Amino acid sequence: MSIHTKTLPQLAAGLRAGEFSAVELARHFLGRIEAHGPALNALISVTADTALAQAAEADRLLAQGKGGPLTGIPLVHKDIFCTQGVRTTCGSRMLDNFVAPYDATVVAKLKAAGMVMLGKANMDEFAMGSSNETSFHGPVKNPWNTALVPGGSSGGSAATVAARLAPVATATDTGGSIRQPAALCGLTGLKPTYGRVSRYGMIAFASSLDQGGMMTASAEDAALVLAGMAGFDTRDSTSVDRPVPDYAAALDRPLKGLKIGLLKEFFDKGLDPDMERSVREALAVYQKLGATLTEVSLPSIGLSVPAYYVVAPAECSSNLARFDGVRFGYRCQDPKDLIDLYKRSRGEGFGAEVKRRIMTGTYVLSAGYYDAYYLKAQQVRRLIANDFERAFGEVDVIMGPTTPAPAFGLGDKTSDPITMYLNDIYTIGANLAGLPALSIPCAPVRQLPAGLQIIGRHFDEERLLNVAHAYQRETDWHTKVPAAYE
Amino acid sequence: MELTLPKVARTLATDATYSKATVYHFTLFFLQFAECVMKPEQIASIAHLARLSISETEVPVYAESLSRILSLVGELERAGTAGVAPMAHPLPGLTQRLRADEVTETDQHERYQANAPETAASLYLVPKVIE
Amino acid sequence: MSNETWETVIGLEIHAQLATKSKIFSASATEYGAPPNAQASLVDLGYPGVLPVLNRAAVSMAVKFGLAIGAGITPLSVFARKNYFYPDLPKGYQISQYELPIVAKGHMDIVLDDGSVKRVGITRAHLEEDAGKSLHEGLGAHSGIDLNRAGTPLIEIVSEPDLRSAKEAVAYLKKIHTLVRYLEICDGNMQEGSFRCDANVSVRRRGEAKFGTRAEIKNVNSFRFVEKAINYEVARQIDLIESGGKVVQETRLYDPNKDETRSMRSKEEANDYRYFPDPDLLPVEVTPEFIASVRATLPELPDEKAARFVSQFGLSAYDAGVLTSSRELGAYYEAVVQGLPSEPKLAANWVNGELAAALNRDGLEIGASRIGADVLVGLLKRIADGTISGKIAKEVFEAMWDSGAAADAVIEEKGLKQISDPAAIEKAIDEVMAKSPGQLADYRSGKDKLFGYFVGQVMKATGGKANPAQLNELLKKKLAG
Repeated sequence: MSIHTKTLPQLAAGLRAGEFSAVELARHFLGRIEAHGPALNALISVTADTALAQAAEADRLLAQGKGGPLTGIPLVHKDIFCTQGVRTTCGSRMLDNFVAPYDATVVAKLKAAGMVMLGKANMDEFAMGSSNETSFHGPVKNPWNTALVPGGSSGGSAATVAARLAPVATATDTGGSIRQPAALCGLTGLKPTYGRVSRYGMIAFASSLDQGGMMTASAEDAALVLAGMAGFDTRDSTSVDRPVPDYAAALDRPLKGLKIGLLKEFFDKGLDPDMERSVREALAVYQKLGATLTEVSLPSIGLSVPAYYVVAPAECSSNLARFDGVRFGYRCQDPKDLIDLYKRSRGEGFGAEVKRRIMTGTYVLSAGYYDAYYLKAQQVRRLIANDFERAFGEVDVIMGPTTPAPAFGLGDKTSDPITMYLNDIYTIGANLAGLPALSIPCAPVRQLPAGLQIIGRHFDEERLLNVAHAYQRETDWHTKVPAAYE
Repeated sequence: MELTLPKVARTLATDATYSKATVYHFTLFFLQFAECVMKPEQIASIAHLARLSISETEVPVYAESLSRILSLVGELERAGTAGVAPMAHPLPGLTQRLRADEVTETDQHERYQANAPETAASLYLVPKVIE
Repeated sequence: MSNETWETVIGLEIHAQLATKSKIFSASATEYGAPPNAQASLVDLGYPGVLPVLNRAAVSMAVKFGLAIGAGITPLSVFARKNYFYPDLPKGYQISQYELPIVAKGHMDIVLDDGSVKRVGITRAHLEEDAGKSLHEGLGAHSGIDLNRAGTPLIEIVSEPDLRSAKEAVAYLKKIHTLVRYLEICDGNMQEGSFRCDANVSVRRRGEAKFGTRAEIKNVNSFRFVEKAINYEVARQIDLIESGGKVVQETRLYDPNKDETRSMRSKEEANDYRYFPDPDLLPVEVTPEFIASVRATLPELPDEKAARFVSQFGLSAYDAGVLTSSRELGAYYEAVVQGLPSEPKLAANWVNGELAAALNRDGLEIGASRIGADVLVGLLKRIADGTISGKIAKEVFEAMWDSGAAADAVIEEKGLKQISDPAAIEKAIDEVMAKSPGQLADYRSGKDKLFGYFVGQVMKATGGKANPAQLNELLKKKLAG
């Protein structure tokens, strides 16, 4: 087994046993980044000096017998997290020259836990996209087949971990941007409950939907990272004051009696038959482990995509108004007057998808349309949340496919936004209801990774990780690495 | 007035990733409601409100994509939402935490202005505004 | 153009900066006059990734205001984003309150010129953040933005369109100004911009039910200018309509140099603010316990204090009103009365009279008065016990004001003690009578008016120190023969 296919506990054990140092670990992954990163276009910035300095500090702590399970472990941060003194672009020309003057809470917490930052991962511009094709820095390739997309918006994070250029990548999920790329790249990707992870320093797309999480190779690894990321933050009014459990300790609890709900609406005639087969195979494993399967219905779930495409653009149209060429970010050349400054800085600084969503959001909030669109969407949101609550009265977790189909070709869906939006039909509901959800690899579909989605009750990440881990003890899909990166 | 429907249906049908079933499914969605076709002057006024420069050639492109998005979104009309309270926050029952009235920020303007495109005498500069 | 044809309708929107130490959503200082952008944190600057956290003191101050105007406090109020682009608005939206403001309907009573009391409705009051400042001079082809003020907490107080004249508007404005200072939620400094007023002005023909189109006059920063601006605007609108034109709904600025209102070029287009609940902030809960704890901190309110002065001290409503126009002045007055409980009216006359004039002349607030309450008591005691006359007391007061000396010291030094010895007064009267045989004869033959002449002469002879009451009595007797 090579270093880059070790799990986090294995890496931590190796560091403690002196098999390798944190600096050696960092060098190893930096080497892989140098070799494979550019072809995949997975990273926007590589922070080698910072990484080595942080690794040296980790080694000092380890030598004193101090440190925790994440000390010396390398990671990359999605380029949506502000990192002090380090370029933070959000995948956009608008912030291409932006050096953040502060660390996001997530960044600070993981730094305090001893993690080593190798670089900033590529992403869809301002987190808007499902294929990582809207980035100002160009598309990211799927390590399983570089003619295909890795998914988005956290495509760079997914490609990084899938190619084992780092064992961990932070990411964010607003409509599926962690789970969908995790599914397309064969990874374990977790979106925590809304409010579980601080949004301070996480550049906002849609404030009531955004949540920070991570991508790793396994639930075991995710549990450790979540413990490092999660927690109440006084700087975030939507952060929830709730103790962070020991997620790792809950991993091995027996599954007996687990009630799994299968969403009737997700297993309808729209689902790719091969994908269905793979998911049902995974469900059979759960039955073998003692879980029961029940059909549940969420009658309003079919409206989740329309509701999302009102709420998310509305919030983003407002969140992105601060990008105006005045205090930071891109400014157009020779502005004639104030209006020209705004229009051209924003018109030139933002890409087409971002502009599309800003305009959609502006429209649905505008006078005369607010009731028909925004208000209506928020009402539907409540219907969906109520549906989930009712379902969780009968079952403990809800399972189904993460995506309708495996990875598609670069350029396949870029001509029509709607076909791109439909990638998120299974994932969006959890964002609207603020529920935690993860995607883990199940049997491949036509030789490409496929994801099983597991949705849980609010703040039930312990159970989600436990349930995911149980599957990963029985199967080894999550250990597969594309041949070129073994 | 050309419906956006046939175009979407065609796209879905030729997209190998989607089965016939999916095409059928979503075609039905679109048939449900009235067209929401964006006119070029609407695009111009939205772009102005949002302070985005859009070139002449781009206007019809955005008009079409926004029309499609609004068609997708128009499905919300069908939902029975009488008496349903809108949900602005995903976690029910939470209220705003209050912070103690204390000053903890210090003068960091030099550091913050390192990112600024143009400053003078510690002020952020913009083209002159006449009130 | 006559008052019979036209009716003026005015509604005022007041923005008062709350006197919190830190800003409403960030922990930056709110001090006035700091160097540019020294008090603009990342949150105030609207940097990517930052988030707002609500200041408890802003909430309690808003609740305090609501209680003082008899308004309901909304148990769950919501912050909303008001979206528009302007360089002094860093996020491209202002966090304000829209559908659910923290303070609901209340009222404020004002006293009109004829002495009657009018109840002015207050539609609502809500919390919001202030914007920064733009500087347009001295930067060539640029404007410079200072964001120190961005994020300062404001309470926006919206009146019903109940005001019917510029005078009423100013009376209302002054009362709200007094109230917020009483409550210690705002320093009311109009020059520094901590208390600002926008006036919505329209006219309609008397008897018409519908309101006319209104114009908004923004940011008038003194009571005098508010009155002038409204008067100009009313005349402008009436002129316009009478000559066949139509009033346009627009924002206008008052130019005090030219005494006119002008349309604001940059705000001409109607803005679609696209309000929606701010997703970064949760609904603000105000519990009955919180309200009770704020209510316990309410001081005696101006109207309550004025009523008490009337009943307790027998003052006129007018005098009581003036004395309670600020908490400090009311406290000063009460300290004076405490020192000389038998003479509340005398105290009122002097505080509202000589003292007020001196303060005004020297541009001082009561807190900086050169004569403290206890020192004034010293002077009033000497009037009350007859040591000096009221007229002489004015001279003494001036000397006290200039030198800082106490009343007794001045009276002693200048020998201003009133002459109340009947013998001395009689002697003076005799001397005058002897000197003025002609006037004496005329008076005795019926020219009563000459009494004043004799009073004046005796006063002159005694250096103004004759006790007036005694002088009157004795002079009458002696002149009668």
